[in-house]
Amino acid sequence: MSRVSFRAAFGITVLLLMGSAALAAPQIAPWDPGRQMLTKRLRPPAWQARGLWEHPLGTDHLGRDILSRIVHGGRISLGVGLSAVTLSCLIGVSLGLLAGFYGGRADALIMRVVDVFLAIPYILLAMGVVFALGPSLLNVILVMAVTRWVQFARVVRADVLSIREREFVSGARARGNRSGRLLLRHVLPNALTPIIVVATLELAFMIIYESALSFLGLGVQPPTPTWGWMLADGRNYLATAWWLATLPGLAIMLSVLAVNLLGDWLRDTLDPRLKV
Amino acid sequence: MLAYVLRRLLQSLLVLLGVSVIVFGLLHLTGDPTRLLLPLEAREEDVRQLRALLGLDDPLAVQYVRFLSRAVRGDFGLSFKHQIPALTLILQTLPATLELTAAGLGLALAVAVPAGILSALRRNSLLDAICSVGVLMGQAMPVYWLGLLLIMVFAVWLGWFPAAGRDGLASLVLPATALGAFSMARIARMARSGMLEVLAQDYVRTARAAGVRAFLVTYKYALKNAAIPLVTIVGLEFGILLGGAVITETIFAWPGVGRLAVDAIFSRDYPLVQAIVAMLATIFVVINLVMDLVYTYLDPRIVFVRSKP
Repeated sequence: MSRVSFRAAFGITVLLLMGSAALAAPQIAPWDPGRQMLTKRLRPPAWQARGLWEHPLGTDHLGRDILSRIVHGGRISLGVGLSAVTLSCLIGVSLGLLAGFYGGRADALIMRVVDVFLAIPYILLAMGVVFALGPSLLNVILVMAVTRWVQFARVVRADVLSIREREFVSGARARGNRSGRLLLRHVLPNALTPIIVVATLELAFMIIYESALSFLGLGVQPPTPTWGWMLADGRNYLATAWWLATLPGLAIMLSVLAVNLLGDWLRDTLDPRLKV
Repeated sequence: MLAYVLRRLLQSLLVLLGVSVIVFGLLHLTGDPTRLLLPLEAREEDVRQLRALLGLDDPLAVQYVRFLSRAVRGDFGLSFKHQIPALTLILQTLPATLELTAAGLGLALAVAVPAGILSALRRNSLLDAICSVGVLMGQAMPVYWLGLLLIMVFAVWLGWFPAAGRDGLASLVLPATALGAFSMARIARMARSGMLEVLAQDYVRTARAAGVRAFLVTYKYALKNAAIPLVTIVGLEFGILLGGAVITETIFAWPGVGRLAVDAIFSRDYPLVQAIVAMLATIFVVINLVMDLVYTYLDPRIVFVRSKP
């Protein structure tokens, strides 16, 4: 038990730190993330030879401060991730509720659509769509949500299938509640646990997803710094500047790790039998 | 049993039909496919010519039926960039992708299954702790980052493996590791929890109480039953890996379908993009159908469970 709490505490602490750093980025970042200082190009982190203390994590090929860019990049990664999860949760939960509650044709139709989305390589679909529509912040969020809602729909449907057979639901129905009210007041609140857990684990996924699109050049466009874009930049300097491709990735891994730890803890605490 | 097989077959066909709608829609997203297929500075005359060539002036439903009837026969049209049939291009690059995916999956299974089972058998040992940290790291590391780190350390610094290309077994090591790491973490986690679940079952306790040797209990009774759920996971995992290959191939310049697809997207070669998406989805559907049937064979109870509405 104590180890679980330690993990959860670690996750929550890291998440709070990164979240507040992202929120307060303009205030706490030591430099403007877009400011190029060509006389200080490709400086390593401060602890290495040639490192400068005014650039604790070094500078990139245009002399931009890595720390400032990572802090600002967090705004995109976490912000886009949260928005995409919220949207995909709304779509997936609604469709999952409908499928599980009404069953029959609605269920069959929705579940086949779910199967279709599971079968399609989502990253290719997302790339194709973003390229066609143009890589704006909104398009990236939309595409991410539209390709991932199935995760919510499956879990919610499975849960609702058993909830609708429970006595309090038939009781509420007998009291004359109409379907809509029944769904929102009685079924949905009882399906919240898996939704919360899936939402957390999906947030971790979305952070990776957003960076992947950025890495491939189809995320939020420069000059806005994103972690994925920084990695793509660093690719050309693997032999000469290790920090360019290493540090932004570390930020991605830490945030994903923290969210996963939080998700695992939520699942174990709220409902250990949950399989998501 | 036969009814179940037929139902699953029908379901798979329906899914493929749905895939075809999305693949068709991909080209029509912006309303006018010529704007997607041709560069912005294209002449009015070229646009008109392309519209006529692709039959874009027909009603959408007619276009879809035409697209579907060709797609069923494997005809996705000519790749704009390469000027040869899209299917031919895919078939040329598919072996490389399947090789990479199989290597990634094989590596993941080879490491994850023993690691997961040993962690379950020696719960709370040092090994268990190391494995669980590995699982957490593996699940949090994006493939593109791991790929870059592997290239930096093992290709640039140590020079043990080539950084890019497909040239013999040595060139397969880094991409397969990068691709397989995430699956490795997931499979290890599931193997561990699956094994723990089986070990807690009554029949394992009974076998132990009846004096069956510990070795036999573990390897004959428990392991066999823990392996069953892994079969379906392998099917799903293969699909996830096929998708992951898109990024891995881009990083390692691996000449597979994934790199072909990324290349096609950036050169506006949408017939090729459509063909690749459809092909990968079909492979996924077929593999999962086969895995499901294998699963039913291994554990006949599943037919009755799934047959319930």
